[in-house]
Amino acid sequence: MTQTAAIDAAATSPEEHLDMLRTMIRIRRFEERVAALFKRGELPGFVHLYLGEEAVATGVCSALRPDDRITSTHRGHGHVIAKGAGVDRMMAELFGRVDGYCRGKGGSMHTVDFSLGIIGTNGIVGGGIPIGTGSAWGDKHLGRDNVTVVFFGDGASNQGVFFESMNLAQIWKLPVIFVCENNGYTEWTATEKLTAGRIADRGTPMGIPGEQVDGNDVLAVREVVERAVSRARSGDGPSLIEALTYRWHGHNEGEEAFAGDYRPEEEQQSWRTREPIKAYATRLIDGGLLDQEGWDRIDTEETDAVEAAVAFAKASPFPDPEEALDHLYAPIATGDAR
Amino acid sequence: MTHTQAPDKDTTEARPDVAPTERKTYFIKAMQEGLHAAMTEDDNVVVIGEDVDRSIIGATRGLIADFGEQRVRNTPISEATFVGACVGAAAVGLRPVVDLMVGSFFYVAMDQLADQAAKLRYMSGGQVELPIVYFTATGPSGSGAAQHSENPHPMLMNVAGLKIVMPSTPYDAKGLMLSAVRDPNPVVYFQDFVLGGTKGHVPEEPYAIPLGVADVKRQGTDVTVVAIGALVPRALKLAAQLEKDGVSVEVVDPRTLVPLDMDTILTSVSKTGRLVVCDNARLTCSAASEIVARVVESSFSVLKSAPQRVAWEDMPVPFSPPLEKRVLVSDDDIRSAVLRTMAD
Repeated sequence: MTQTAAIDAAATSPEEHLDMLRTMIRIRRFEERVAALFKRGELPGFVHLYLGEEAVATGVCSALRPDDRITSTHRGHGHVIAKGAGVDRMMAELFGRVDGYCRGKGGSMHTVDFSLGIIGTNGIVGGGIPIGTGSAWGDKHLGRDNVTVVFFGDGASNQGVFFESMNLAQIWKLPVIFVCENNGYTEWTATEKLTAGRIADRGTPMGIPGEQVDGNDVLAVREVVERAVSRARSGDGPSLIEALTYRWHGHNEGEEAFAGDYRPEEEQQSWRTREPIKAYATRLIDGGLLDQEGWDRIDTEETDAVEAAVAFAKASPFPDPEEALDHLYAPIATGDAR
Repeated sequence: MTHTQAPDKDTTEARPDVAPTERKTYFIKAMQEGLHAAMTEDDNVVVIGEDVDRSIIGATRGLIADFGEQRVRNTPISEATFVGACVGAAAVGLRPVVDLMVGSFFYVAMDQLADQAAKLRYMSGGQVELPIVYFTATGPSGSGAAQHSENPHPMLMNVAGLKIVMPSTPYDAKGLMLSAVRDPNPVVYFQDFVLGGTKGHVPEEPYAIPLGVADVKRQGTDVTVVAIGALVPRALKLAAQLEKDGVSVEVVDPRTLVPLDMDTILTSVSKTGRLVVCDNARLTCSAASEIVARVVESSFSVLKSAPQRVAWEDMPVPFSPPLEKRVLVSDDDIRSAVLRTMAD
């Protein structure tokens, strides 16, 4: 749970390290920009931001192959970016524009690209847990060795489908990894007031290995997920990982209008000192993989990319209103008169 | 009719090209034959649910012998999870068929059915196909009491994103099952409990009946009776009796409620000028309410009398036989409704 371990160049190549750093910065800059856009009233709807949790999505997805799957949550921007989504089409989706991933039908909570192995993001807390269990079942049944990571939060760990899905995954030995991001708050209530015991232990009675990991340490996350991926691919079934992290922003942006003060200032400060990106960058610098110039270059490129994404989104038209009536049902293939 | 509910095929001939048969079999066996055909033609079709290996109701009985335990798989009693797991499995290439066993068990899984299965394709802007069949025995079976007598089709018609099938004959049960499994969308297939043991002509070879095509089960000239599920054979029986009283009743079976074949219903009402809709469900917001509303909106001028709805009292279904009878649709209710439309 400390961040003092030296960079192990054998386990992870320099390029991979810099890619991971870049992904974390990309998520950070994207979310900061979304927060500002929301504050200025430029976005329809509401957003739940991933600021402070970047190491979890990045560490997890860095341990996956491109054809592996994830299911994501209402706080899903980080997961989707880490799985390879472009910030331009994501931003366009947040603006409700036709060039968004879902042509404006999904928005912040449902931004998804199935071709990247994202089997849905979800506005229902816990809603993706059975779905990811099912994609793991489908892949296994079809003889593939893909694994599915189910992202969910501490709040979702109290949904019945979490326990049901762990049970199903274990009896069917499904290649699924349940990754709980425990960010300390279930909406506006401290998690420990609502959640009995350690979430990591909840699969233990079913024989599912569970591990707690420092969710602000991207390499620690990657390492624990690599073990779980290896188990899943070799047919040993599901794993449960609880990543301890902290949500810098509120449950949703704009909550100060109704939520009041519910998080002690010293608690927030203490987590800010455990900032995941700078900590990782420092390790890379210490390991000789990064210098200030390298950091500046990556940060500038990602900041510029997010600015370009905003311009892309604003230039994209709204969908034709009639599109609201499309995409409900898949058409039956013509000539399918078997 | 909105374009999202258009019939799946522009089929003027509802009957597929299958030779007439003398072979008779049970409704539940006809469903099983439809499933068997679907599993035979596509290896990716799998059947899951509680005790599907031995199949308490019967629609999956014997499938395990032909297709093995990986394709016919018992689940834990975790409706929300196995209903949702089918969404993920379908998204990666399986074609799951789920036996929910009892209609009201859908309520246990409503988030996964209504928020996930029904909406994932739409929310993603049409990125994914979700070929899933959720089938169940449903409706009153005789003192099943309130939690085993529900017919949830009206509320599922309101979800948007689910197709809904409710056959009334063994012939339709088989052909609609094959189409349901072939469909690239989530389909809810309701087997009215009391129809499971009814017998009818069913060809041995596989055949498909397109979703969204109603069937005129009996020709008539005075009153159109649209009947759904278990009320179709009862409407037919009453129609035969009413014929003797000089009332000619046309019986239309929608067969699928989503998509709903309003063209066939409107054609019939245009001919008769009178309408009764019988639904094996609570009255408020029933399929009967919807069908009557659509007819009145589009074809008010052809109506010679006020359309009538025949459905349950807006009550849970009670246990004791006389109480149950009081809540459900009686033959007298249907007959009286027909005569009311003739009296105006």
